[in-house]
Formats: sequence, structure tokens, C-alpha cells
Amino acid sequence: MTRRPGPLVYGLLAAFVVGSALPLYWSFVIGSHTKERALETPPPILPGGHFLANASRVLDTIEFWQALLNSLVVSTLCATSVVVFSTLAGYSFAKLRFRGRDGLMAFVIMTMAVPTQLAIVPLFILMRDYRMLDTLFAVALPTLVTAFGVFFMRQYLLEAVPFELVEAARMDGCSMLRTFWTVAVPAARPAMAILFLFTFMQVWTDYMWPLVALQKTETLQIALDRLALTGQGQTTDYALVLAGTAMATVPLLLLFVLSGRQLVAGIMQGALKG
Amino acid sequence: MLRRQRRSRWDVRLAPYLFVSPFFVVFAVVGLFPLLYTGWLSLHEWDRTQYSRGGFVGLENFRWVLDDPVFLKSLVNTLSIFVMSSVPQIVVAVGVAALLDSQLRGRTLWRISVLLPFVVAPTAAVLIFGSLFADRSGVINELLGAVGLEPIRWHVERWWSHAAIASMVNWRWTGYNALILLAAMQAVPRDVYESAALDGASRLRQLVHITLPMIRPTVIFVIVTSTIGGLQIFTEPRLFDDTPQREGGANHQYMTMTLYVYVKGIEDQFYGRASAAAWLLFLFIITLAVANYALTRWFTRRRSM
Repeated sequence: MTRRPGPLVYGLLAAFVVGSALPLYWSFVIGSHTKERALETPPPILPGGHFLANASRVLDTIEFWQALLNSLVVSTLCATSVVVFSTLAGYSFAKLRFRGRDGLMAFVIMTMAVPTQLAIVPLFILMRDYRMLDTLFAVALPTLVTAFGVFFMRQYLLEAVPFELVEAARMDGCSMLRTFWTVAVPAARPAMAILFLFTFMQVWTDYMWPLVALQKTETLQIALDRLALTGQGQTTDYALVLAGTAMATVPLLLLFVLSGRQLVAGIMQGALKG
Repeated sequence: MLRRQRRSRWDVRLAPYLFVSPFFVVFAVVGLFPLLYTGWLSLHEWDRTQYSRGGFVGLENFRWVLDDPVFLKSLVNTLSIFVMSSVPQIVVAVGVAALLDSQLRGRTLWRISVLLPFVVAPTAAVLIFGSLFADRSGVINELLGAVGLEPIRWHVERWWSHAAIASMVNWRWTGYNALILLAAMQAVPRDVYESAALDGASRLRQLVHITLPMIRPTVIFVIVTSTIGGLQIFTEPRLFDDTPQREGGANHQYMTMTLYVYVKGIEDQFYGRASAAAWLLFLFIITLAVANYALTRWFTRRRSM
């Protein structure tokens, strides 16, 4: 609204932001105290000096670095594949004329309503029968394309690329693929970056599908799950569990710091077009 | 020259299909095939001791699932967690969006800040909240004790466990939804507010009588997407559990429908029953999404008159 906001607005917003940050702060505080101190009452409210000791216990309990690498590989693979195929398909749906186009696009939109739960049992059977269980490829497969990605790129390219530009490239004798490469891709770049970010985060934070597809191999979320199981006992080892949680959260926090602006822009743009 | 033209004609005809084909090929494997196969599985016997696909049993699996008290319990739990997470989430998100929709100093920084919990994975969120909501000596129970209230057994009591799980969902998604609503609010023309302010309408009245009716489509969008997401909740009830079976608590007091599908299908390997349950979950989601859509439309229409 137009008026300059008063202190009440700033106060309420600050309270919301502090409340949002507190749980994360808590994991760093508890993760930096000894197991015994973490369980005392009243609990510590300031960080302690045992984070490195807890971190090395985490590294002894789970294959943290391997899991981190696995998550990185799977998330990068999916994000790249989604961006490439969605841009191709989105461009085709937005700017090219072909028989059956509108029907196919309606089909893509409809598939967005199908929940993943419906697919886990058959996908599990498929992976098992083709001996793909426990591979990173099995984790990546269901997210190599997404209907959302195609829809998102189509919406963006509808306005971002003028028809005249496509026609001009064709007149110059460019093949369809070359036209795509020289006209659509440069225009699509901002949307591609946003789609990459969101797909990367979606795959990185996913827990259910890796749990189904993996047995010994671990992504970061699965490793965290095992850490929590190890930490359970007569008295839960919160120092260990929350130190691991904090360590596992750092990569996405870095991503957040580096690309928070793009994430906000992506969410707000998606809202306007969705 | 002629050859080149011919090649070009095929190029123009075929290229669009080639461009969209990767999506459809992969989707056929990971989307369409599973969908049809779940349908087939749900109508067939599955002998898990013999590892063999059995005969056609009609709707027997559906009957079995609907007769299973654990399934019915998980249905009620899913609904309860959904209501506890979506209602406060959307109300607070509207509030935060309204606060952000002003001439703030450091506007971008505020917007980024409200998004912080969104980059925390649900697994991490549930481990953090699990410790905050610990039954013995958890911070929340300490705080309750400090104001003279009895501690709550968050992991044991059915409805309290739903509240704890809903709080994690709310924590992660409120800021995200606030940004979506904010985008819509910014499209509302500013002079509408100016004339309302001249008429003496307070900020709250402006929000209820001007902003909300004008951003109705976005409110509906947020409600429907949070319905679809909220009914599929899995990670939180799975990891909140401190019993070794991890089937939503000792008495399944917070088992959700998706967790039920996972336990029946992947752990117990009753493929037919799990598939039937998955289809029922799908029907449930669609029914509620449509109902919510209709309700929101009806509700906001009455409001705006």
C-alpha cells in the first residue's frame, strides 16, 4: 500500500523473520554442545565450542561426503535434463505450429495433477526387475523431465520470443535446431536459470523417492535419516543429530545466500503467470 | 538447392515433434506406465511369498484397504494435519504479504528473509522440530512449564502430534506462499487504496474488502496447491517417529495416507493393496482440491458483495 510503513509493520515483519530463523539457530546451538549439555534443562541458548567434535562424530557415523557428492550428482543431472528438455518442448509449444499441439499441451498440464505416490510401487517394481535399484540413475529417472518445467518454459517463451525473430532466422536459412539455439535459448536464459534452481532444490530435498530407490547408496537426506536413527536410544543424542542437520543444511544455505534474489523473483513471476 | 529445400521441409515438419518428444518418451516410462500399472496392480492378487503376480480379484484390494482400520485412521490423520497446516499457513501468509506490500526500506532483503525456511530440507526441519517438541525436556515443554502448564506428550497424543507436524509444514511454506500472494497484491492499482483511505477505511478493512477480493484467483491457486501438497505429506510423519517401526507412531496416531502406501507397498510388499490405497489417495486429493476450489470461490464471492 502506498503509505510509508510505520514501526509496527517493521516490528511484525522482524518478529516473523526471527521466528523463521530460530529453528535453524537452534540446530547450530545444540549441535555445538556436548551430548550431555544438549540434554540439560534449561537448554543452552548460545553456541558452544563442540561443533567440530560433533561434526567429526557425524563423519564417523555416516558417509557424509559421499552422500553430499551423490546429492550433488543427482540434483545437477535432473536440473540439467529438466532445463534442456523443458526449453526444447516449451519453445515448440509456444512458438511452432504443428498438428496436435494444443491437445499435447493440455495433456502435459493434466499430468501435473497426478501425485507421485501413485507411481512409487510400479516404479519400484520396474527398477527392481531391471536391476536399477540402489543406483543414482534410479534416483534421477523420475525427475529427468517435469510437466511443470515444460509449462513454465512455454509460459515464459510465449512473451519472451517474438514470432518475427523466429521467422527472420528461418528466412536466413537457419535449420529449426539452429533457430532454437540462436533465437530461443538466449531469450530463455533467465527462466532457464530459475527452473534449474528450483529443480535442483526439489531433487536435493526429496526424501521419499530416494528412500524407495536406494538400499546401501545414500543421498544427503537418506544419510540424515540414518543419523537420526543412530542418534535414537535411551536418551536421544541431539548434539549429534542436530550437528549433522546443520552440516546438511549448509549447502542450501549457501545457495540461498547466492541466489535468494533469483528464488524470490522466480516465485513471484511464477505466481503472476500461473 | 532442391535437396536443401527438401531437407528443410522435413525439418519444419518434424522438428516440433522431435523437440517435444524427449518429454513424452521419459514421461511414458516414469509417468504413464506407472499410472496404468498401478491400476492393473490394484485389481490383481499379489503373492508376496511366491513373488508372483496372481489372478484378477476385481475390487477386492479396495475392499480390504477400506476395511483396514489403519487406513481409515491414516485418512483422518491426513485430513487433520492438512487442516492444521493449511488454515493458519494461508492466514499468516496473507498477513505477511500485506506487510511486505508497502514501501519498505530494504524491500528485497525482507522478501529474501521470509523465504529462509524454504531452503531447509523437510528432513532437516523434522529433526530440528522433533527436538523442540521432545516429550521429555523439549524446549516447547520447558516453555509450557515456565508458564505453569503441564507438559504435552507431543509424540504420543494423537492431536498434539498433528499440531507438531503441522507446525513444521507451516514453518517451511508460509513465507513461500506470502511471496506468491505479494506478487498478486502488487498488481492491485494503488489509487483504489487511496480513495478507500479517503473514505476512512482502516488498513485491515482495506485488506479484507479490497485486496482479498481482487487477488481472488491467486488465493484460490495457493489454496488448491497447498491442498495437493498438504495431502501428500510423508517425510514429516515418517521422521517424527521415534518408534523402530516408523509407521506413524506406536498406534499409527500420525500415520498419513502416503506413509500407508509406502509401508504397504515397499516395506510389506502388498503391491495390490498399496496400489488400491494409492488410487484412493488420488481420488481423495482430487475431491478435496475441487471442494476447496468451489468453497473458496463461493466464500470470496460472498465477501466481495
